[in-house]
Amino acid sequence: MTDNTENTENAVGTKSTEPLERHSYDVVVIGAGGAGLRAAIEARHSGKRVAVISKSLFGKAHTVMAEGGAAAAMGNVNPKDNWQVHFRDTMRGGKFLNHFRMAELHAKEAPDRIWELEAWGALFDRTKEGKISQRNFGGHEYPRLAHVGDRTGLELIRTLQQRVVALQQEDKAATGDYEANLRVFAETTIVRLLKDASGRIAGAVGYYRETGQFVLFEAPAVIMATGGIGRSYTVTSNSWEYTGDGHALALLAGAALVNMEFVQFHPTGMVWPPSVKGILVTESVRGDGGVLRNSEGKRFMFDYVPDVFRKQYAETEEEADRWYDDQENNRRPPELLPRDEVARSINSEVKAGRGTPNGGVFLDVSTRLPAEEIRRRLPSMYHQFKELADVDITAQPMEVGPTCHYVMGGIEVDPDTQGTVVPGLYAAGECSGGMHGSNRLGGNSLSDLLVFGRRAGLHAAEYIDGLGAAGKPAVVDADVDAALEEALAPLANPDGENPYTLHHDLQVTMNTLVGIIRKPEEVSDALTKLEEFKPRRTKVGAAGGRRFNPGWHVALDLRNMLIVSECVAKAALEREESRGGHTRDDHPAMSSKWRQINLICSLKADGSGIDLKHQPIPTIRPDLLGLFEVSELRKYFTEEELTVLGDSAQAEAEPVAEAKPAAEAEAETETKPEAESAPEAKPEAKPEAKTEPAPIPGQSNGEKAADKVAEESTEKSATAEAEEQTAEAEAEAQTEDAETAAEEK
Amino acid sequence: MGYKGKFKVWRGDASGGDLKDFEVEINEGEVVLDIIHRLQATQAPDMACRWNCKAGKCGSCSAEINGKPRLMCMTRMSTFEQDETVTVTPLRTFPVIKDLVTDVGFNYAKAREVKSFTPPKDLKPGEYRMQQIDVERSQEFRKCIECYLCQNTCHAVRDHEENKDNFSGPRYLMRVAELDMHPLDTADRKNSAQEEHGLGFCNITKCCTEVCPEHIRITDNALIPMKERVVDRKYDPLVWLGNKIRRRTSSDA
Repeated sequence: MTDNTENTENAVGTKSTEPLERHSYDVVVIGAGGAGLRAAIEARHSGKRVAVISKSLFGKAHTVMAEGGAAAAMGNVNPKDNWQVHFRDTMRGGKFLNHFRMAELHAKEAPDRIWELEAWGALFDRTKEGKISQRNFGGHEYPRLAHVGDRTGLELIRTLQQRVVALQQEDKAATGDYEANLRVFAETTIVRLLKDASGRIAGAVGYYRETGQFVLFEAPAVIMATGGIGRSYTVTSNSWEYTGDGHALALLAGAALVNMEFVQFHPTGMVWPPSVKGILVTESVRGDGGVLRNSEGKRFMFDYVPDVFRKQYAETEEEADRWYDDQENNRRPPELLPRDEVARSINSEVKAGRGTPNGGVFLDVSTRLPAEEIRRRLPSMYHQFKELADVDITAQPMEVGPTCHYVMGGIEVDPDTQGTVVPGLYAAGECSGGMHGSNRLGGNSLSDLLVFGRRAGLHAAEYIDGLGAAGKPAVVDADVDAALEEALAPLANPDGENPYTLHHDLQVTMNTLVGIIRKPEEVSDALTKLEEFKPRRTKVGAAGGRRFNPGWHVALDLRNMLIVSECVAKAALEREESRGGHTRDDHPAMSSKWRQINLICSLKADGSGIDLKHQPIPTIRPDLLGLFEVSELRKYFTEEELTVLGDSAQAEAEPVAEAKPAAEAEAETETKPEAESAPEAKPEAKPEAKTEPAPIPGQSNGEKAADKVAEESTEKSATAEAEEQTAEAEAEAQTEDAETAAEEK
Repeated sequence: MGYKGKFKVWRGDASGGDLKDFEVEINEGEVVLDIIHRLQATQAPDMACRWNCKAGKCGSCSAEINGKPRLMCMTRMSTFEQDETVTVTPLRTFPVIKDLVTDVGFNYAKAREVKSFTPPKDLKPGEYRMQQIDVERSQEFRKCIECYLCQNTCHAVRDHEENKDNFSGPRYLMRVAELDMHPLDTADRKNSAQEEHGLGFCNITKCCTEVCPEHIRITDNALIPMKERVVDRKYDPLVWLGNKIRRRTSSDA
C-alpha cells in the first residue's frame, strides 16, 4: 500500500518553479462518468487505492444525459431474450465491424452489471412480477432496456456515486478517513499522461480548475474514461467536457485509436430554438410509439428500410402499429431502425425539401398516446420541451433533426482486459473503441460502460499485482516540466488569439465538412483547415488569472479537440464505403472488403500529426458466427470469407442453437481467448490471468462462470414460471435450464 | 429578432467583488446561460460559471437570477422584458470561489453523512422484487439533479451559517426519506433524521419545493412524511418504553 504524500512545494526533481501538489495512488481513473466510477469501484473492491479525476463536480458527468436505458438481456419482459440475441443485435447494429469478443462479453455480462446496481440502491421501473422492467429500443429484437422513465443515466450515475460514498463510509469506519482508499478529485483536468523511462504508465499531471494550481498523480495504472468528442461539432448533444481528452491523451502517450471515422449522429436532437439545437430527444419517444413525419404528414421511414433489415421491419403502418401490442406476430416499425439509418433518412427528407420550417422533421407522440401516459413515460422530455421550446409534446409534435451524439471509434483496447499497447494504460466506455463497430445501438452505452468499466478496474488491479515490489514505474521529471510549460503557455500570452474563436471555427469546419454525409473533397478541405488551425492553436491566449478561468481551459482543451478532429477526418477520407456512422457521398454502399479493415490512428514520430494505417479486423469465432444464418452473413462478408465461413457456419449451425448455453462458449473462450482474438488484434499479448480475485465482502456477485450460470438459470426458471408464454418458448427455456444445469456439472 | 440587452453579473472572488454591467446581443429562443457564454466568448473570457448539459439534467449552472435561485440553462430570456436589466449573482448560501462559481462542498460533506442503502443481507443481485407502486415514492426523490437550489434557498442555512453543522438541508433530508421509503432498505433512519440530520430545523415553509427545477414535492412528499415517521417513533409511548427498557438492558450487559 502506498502513502499519500502531499507537497505544495515542488522540491522533488522537477526544474519548474511552479508549486506542484503530489499524490500517489495505485490506480488513477480519469473521468467520473459511468465507466470511470464503475472502474474505480472495481479497483477499490480489488483492494487498490484509487483516485478518480473528474473534470466537473462529482455526479455531473455526461452519463446523466443518457435517457432511454441500459440494454441487458435479462429476459424479464420477453423470456426469449438471451445473450445470444443481444450479441446478434449488437453485431447487426455495428454492421459486423464490432470487436466480436467485446460484443460477446458485453451481452453476457450486462445482466449481472444491472442487477448489482439494484444491490447498490438503484430503483428501476418494474414489471408486474416486480422485476426490472425492460423497454423496446432501436435495433433490439426484444424489450431489453432497463430504465427509469427517461432519466436512466441519472439513476446510473447517482447509484454509482452513492456506491462510491458507501465505500468511503466503510473506509471511514475502518480508518477514520473517508478518503483513505478512494478519493474523487472534482473539477480537475489532466493535461498529460506520464510514463517511466521504459515506456510504462507512471502517472498523470493536471490542474485544479478552481485554483489553477498543478497536481501530479503518481500511479502505475491509469484508466481513461473520459467519454466522447462531440464538442468538436457545432450541433451536438454533448456537454463542454466532451473534448476528446481521453482519446488525445492516450494517443500522445503512444496508444492507438481505432475506427475514428465512425461518429454517431443521433437522429433526434432538438432543432429549435437555436440555442438548444442539438439537445437530445430520447429514442424512447419512438420506442414508446412516437412516429416521424415529414412536412407532408407522411411517415417517411417506410421508404428507407435498407435491404439488410427488410425482414425485421414492418411494411405498412397498420402492421407497425400492431407491433406495440403484439410483437410476436408483427414486425417492428421502421422508426426503430438503428440510429444511423434514421439519421440519414431524416437528412434526406430535409434535403428533399420536406423538412419543417426549422430544418428538421416532426416527431409526434401526441396523437399516439394519452397525455397522462406521455407525462408518465417521458417526464424529462415533456419538461424539456415545455421549458426550453414552449412546446407541449402531449398536444403538438416535436421538431427534430440529427445531432452529433457519440463516437464509436476510440482507444484500441484488449477486449478482455481493456488494456492498451501502453503498459498500465486502460480505457473504458465511450473513449475506448471496438465494442460498437460502425454504429452503436441505443441502450448499449450504459451497459458498455458498466461491463467494461468493471473489467478495466479489475485488470488494472491485476496488472499492479503483477508488477512486484520493485517494479513501480517512476515519473520522469523533465516530462512534468514540459507538461507544465505547455499548460502555462496561453496564460503567458494574454493578447493571443481568442480561444473561443478558434473553437468556433473548428466546430463549423467539422460540422459542415466532416458531418453526417462525407464528400472526399470536403473532408480534404477540412484537413487543410485543421493544418491551419494547428499553428493558431499554439498562439491562443488566455487573459485573466489562473483561478477558474474558462478561457484558459478552452485554450488547453483545443489541443485535444484538434487531435481527435484530425483522426476523424483522416479516417473518414480513407474509408471508401458507407457503413454505420460513416456515410460517403461517393461510395454510398457498404463494402465487404472494407469490413475486413480497421483504421488505426497513431501519433507521428515527430508529433506533428496523425499516422493512419490499415489493420485486419479480428476473425470472428465460428461458434459466434454460427448464431447467424449464412444468408444474413452474405450481406456483410466477402465471397472468400463466405467459402471458409460457410463451411464452419454450416457445421456450427446445427449444434449451436439459440439455447446452446453460455457456459460452453464461456469455457471455450476462457481457455484460449488470446489465440482467438487473432494476433493483430492485440498488440499487447498479455496472457489473461486466470486467477480470479478473491471475493470481496459486500460484493455478492460471484465472478466464477459456474456462479453466473447458476444465477442465470435461477432467473430463467423463475421467469418461466411467472410468465404466461407459448409452449414453444417454455420448451426452449426448459431445455436451456436443463442444459445449463448439465454444463454446471 | 435580436436585440441588445442589459446584464449585470457579479464578478469577484472570496476577497470581494461587485456587479459589472454588460450590454450584450440577445437572440430569439435563448436562455440566460447562452448570454453568459456569449459574454465569455466576446467580452469576458475568464468569467467563471459552471455548466454541463444545458438541458436541465445535470444541475451545474445554478445561480440567482434577479434574486431568484434558478438554473441558468432553464431560464428563457423571453421571460424578461427587452428593456429589463437581468442580474446574475452566485448562490448566496455557499462561499464564492470566483464570479458565479461557489464552493458547494457543504453538500458533498452532508451526502457522506447519510448512511448508505442497506439491503437485506440474504438478498442476491437479481433476486430483488419490488412493485412499481412501492418504488414510485423513492423514485420521485431520485429525480433530484443535485443543483443545490433547495439547499441554497432554505432559510435554516441561508440566513444561519451556524446551523450548517447540524442541518443537512432539504436535499439530504429528502435522501434520508428516499432510503426510508425504499421497499428493501433495512436501516433504521428515524432517529438519525432528527438527531444527525436536523429534520427539526425544517419548519415547512416549502421554499425548497418552490425552487426545485425538477418539481419534486420535497416538503409534501419527503419532509412532512419523514417528520410524521419520526414523531410516530419518538413519541409513541410504547416505543418509548421499549427503548428505555432495551437501552437499560444493553448497558447493564
